[in-house]
Amino acid sequence: MARSTDAAGANGRSRMLRWLGYPHVRALLALVLVFCLGLYFNADGAFFRWATHRDMLRHSSVYGILACGMTLVIITAGIDLSVGSVLGFIAVAFSILSIHHGWSPWLAIPACLAIGALLGAVSGALIAAFGIQPFIATLAMMVFARGLAKFVSHGMKVSNYVQTPEGYVALDMPAIHGLIDQRILNGNLAVVTLIFLACLLISHVVLARLRWGRYLYAIGGNEEAARLSGVPVARMKLLAYGLAGFFSAVAGICQAAQEYQGDPEAGATYELKAIAIVVIGGTSLMGGRGGILLTLIGTLTIGYMEKILSINAAGEASRLMLTGAIIVAAVLLQRIRRR
Amino acid sequence: MQGIGKSFGGVRALHDVHLELLPGEVHILAGENGAGKSTLIKILAGVHRDYDGRIELDGRPVRFASPQDAAARGIAVIHQELSLIPSMSVADNIFLGRETVWTGALPWVMRRRQRRRAQQILDQLGLNVDAESTVERLPISLQQMIEIAKALAAEVRILVMDEPTSALTEPEVERLFALIAELKRRGVAIVYISHKMEEIHRIADRLTVLRDGRFVGTAPAAELPPPRLVQWMVGREIGEQFPRHTPHPGPVLLRVEELTLDDPHGLPLPVVDRVGFELRAGEIVGLGGLQGSGASDLLWGLFGARGRPRAGRIELHGRPYTPRSPGHAIRRGLALLTNDRKTTGLVLGMSITHNITLASLPRLSPGGWLRERRERAAAARLRERFDIRAADLDLEVQSLSGGNQQKVALAKWLEAGPRVLLLDEPTRGVDVGAKQEIYRLMDAWSAEGYAILLITSEMPELLALSDRILVLHRGRVTACFQRGEATQERVLRAAMGGTGEDAA
Ligand SMILES: Nc1ncnc2c1ncn2[C@@H]1O[C@H](COP(=O)(O)OP(=O)(O)OP(=O)(O)O)[C@@H](O)[C@H]1O
Ligand SMILES: [Mg+2]
Repeated sequence: MARSTDAAGANGRSRMLRWLGYPHVRALLALVLVFCLGLYFNADGAFFRWATHRDMLRHSSVYGILACGMTLVIITAGIDLSVGSVLGFIAVAFSILSIHHGWSPWLAIPACLAIGALLGAVSGALIAAFGIQPFIATLAMMVFARGLAKFVSHGMKVSNYVQTPEGYVALDMPAIHGLIDQRILNGNLAVVTLIFLACLLISHVVLARLRWGRYLYAIGGNEEAARLSGVPVARMKLLAYGLAGFFSAVAGICQAAQEYQGDPEAGATYELKAIAIVVIGGTSLMGGRGGILLTLIGTLTIGYMEKILSINAAGEASRLMLTGAIIVAAVLLQRIRRR
Repeated sequence: MQGIGKSFGGVRALHDVHLELLPGEVHILAGENGAGKSTLIKILAGVHRDYDGRIELDGRPVRFASPQDAAARGIAVIHQELSLIPSMSVADNIFLGRETVWTGALPWVMRRRQRRRAQQILDQLGLNVDAESTVERLPISLQQMIEIAKALAAEVRILVMDEPTSALTEPEVERLFALIAELKRRGVAIVYISHKMEEIHRIADRLTVLRDGRFVGTAPAAELPPPRLVQWMVGREIGEQFPRHTPHPGPVLLRVEELTLDDPHGLPLPVVDRVGFELRAGEIVGLGGLQGSGASDLLWGLFGARGRPRAGRIELHGRPYTPRSPGHAIRRGLALLTNDRKTTGLVLGMSITHNITLASLPRLSPGGWLRERRERAAAARLRERFDIRAADLDLEVQSLSGGNQQKVALAKWLEAGPRVLLLDEPTRGVDVGAKQEIYRLMDAWSAEGYAILLITSEMPELLALSDRILVLHRGRVTACFQRGEATQERVLRAAMGGTGEDAA
């Protein structure tokens, strides 16, 4: 990643300020501050127990997976509001396929991933081919995918209890749900966290190792200059939104597995959390700047913030208000470099 | 301004620089790319606040807190990079930040009065522009003039112009000079930054020269004839400005017949109308024409940047070619250097290296995997070749001086390995030394068998570099001159729609 102007512009007198020129340092600083809050508001030592951190990681993984796709899209100076709805739709679709129809996971998972990628690609096509603004195109997809989820589930949760003329019967729960939901290494590492790490790796490779990634940054930085340099802009947008859909599908499968059912309302407002993670990490909503490592840090920051609020038994109302305030504080912190 | 110093991070951009302005004078600020000219005037304009040294206005020390603060003291600056808001109207732009309001307490903008006043200023400048039109729909040259109008709407005492003519055509430059003369009469001090020697010597009263961020000297224009000025700027003497161009015509690389291109804004008249020409390997063909002649559109059209043309046949390397997309054009060996590096040429927030390699990634990253090492090697090679002044190739392009940015844009296209170069104002904002270097490179490329289609608003450049000159007027070719036949008058006459033949 290019070093920012401000990195060089920071005053030579202060090494500290020079360091703040690097986005990773700033992102880490926000994480450390939130962590320190945890040390202080430790809920009678609950924060010092390993289980707290373990649960935080597990709980944040689904959001983190969504944030991976969101990062790719935001780097192109776009946004994807549909990730939460696509998650909901895939959670339902995966449950129907694997529980009701008894599809093998070898079939159900690729099918769901493909559907997710396709939905994302549709948003991408609307944006690339028709020039619809990302906000609008993905807002439409957000509403559409939620409708789709309710349509295929008839508005009800899809579980292994199904209603038949003889009353409710319980179907066999396929093993895949338990497999994804379990924790390994003496319960210290959740499988969803491993999946999250894999998603981080994939998006990191795309962004930092592949030509595609460079193109995504160029498009976000100056789309017209990128186009005139031979960057296949439309194809790259298709790729970015397609991958965002793909990661939403991954998150949807995880969510369904963790809940052992497909909830058509699943993932509502998750898109906002994914955006918050990306932004708190320091990836610019203006496009062209940021990276996946920042998103990992952002995931941890948001994850800790929520964990700290929950172990301190903050009520829903104060939790929401505090979250809002902390996001603003973290983003302001990132701007210290302007001094 | 006395003893001015300024550094960015560890890099010292200015070191003990002096600048003294008298009322009613045109003061030229000269120096190579990256010498620190723009930085100096940004300090004067209150853009940079942490600097060493001091500024005195009317003998009293001042320290501006912000650009608004400087503006309130009568200092107006037209920056190198345009700063208009594209989606707003001309009038709104002109009065941005000091709207005519009803009362201070109730900021109700008196649009009608403001519009009338804006129209007055525009008319004074001889601009044929409606104050209500949206800025983004105007060509850059007009935007530049509006930038000037904006400066004039306030009471100015010191007017700073950072390379104002780099996007202007000949008649517009004349209008600007007339305006400068008028301002001089009113006692305004004018700071003028330019890399164009003819201009400098036409309007200069006094000159101040910077080199590598250091003060070289201030002298009246009469004491600093062009060769000495160049020596002050570069620190050594440089020879003949234009290289002795030797034509090396080879086989026809590009043949264009009856090419017609639609207007990109959807207007009914085509911007390029049944144009035909041949371009041989080793040849430099100049395109002359005024604003709206269609020359830039022709280059964009050939490059596929506007999709498929409406009509016409094109042959490239003896094979038929239909412009489709820039990527396709690059694969067929074309390169387009656009005339506006900020909006269409560079990704300002990306590093120098990544900008240089952007158009060559298919070759530099086989299999789709980036090879940082190869990219760095390529960038280092081109930095050498173009003498790009940057502390570090990982720096963002926007931290470079204007001229060095232009070199990065050129380097990008050279790296892409084209056969036919479409160059729109390749020397815009580039200093004398680098200009000479670019001329030499163009000559070397043509010797190596590249073909070059060149647009430049600097007439001496057009006349000296081109083997042939095609003149366009409203999308049609009005004249074609061989090298030697062309003179400034004949080209201008053809550009205004005449035939290029001398009147009987
Ligand atoms: N924001 C910045 N961060 C880091 N370096 C900068 C910044 N702005 C300018 N510089 C450096 O300061 C030096 C002077 O730049 P400046 O823009 O003043 O040059 P200039 O004389 O205007 O050149 P040109 O004729 O090419 O416009 C350059 O080396 C440039 O790289
Ligand atoms: Mg400059």
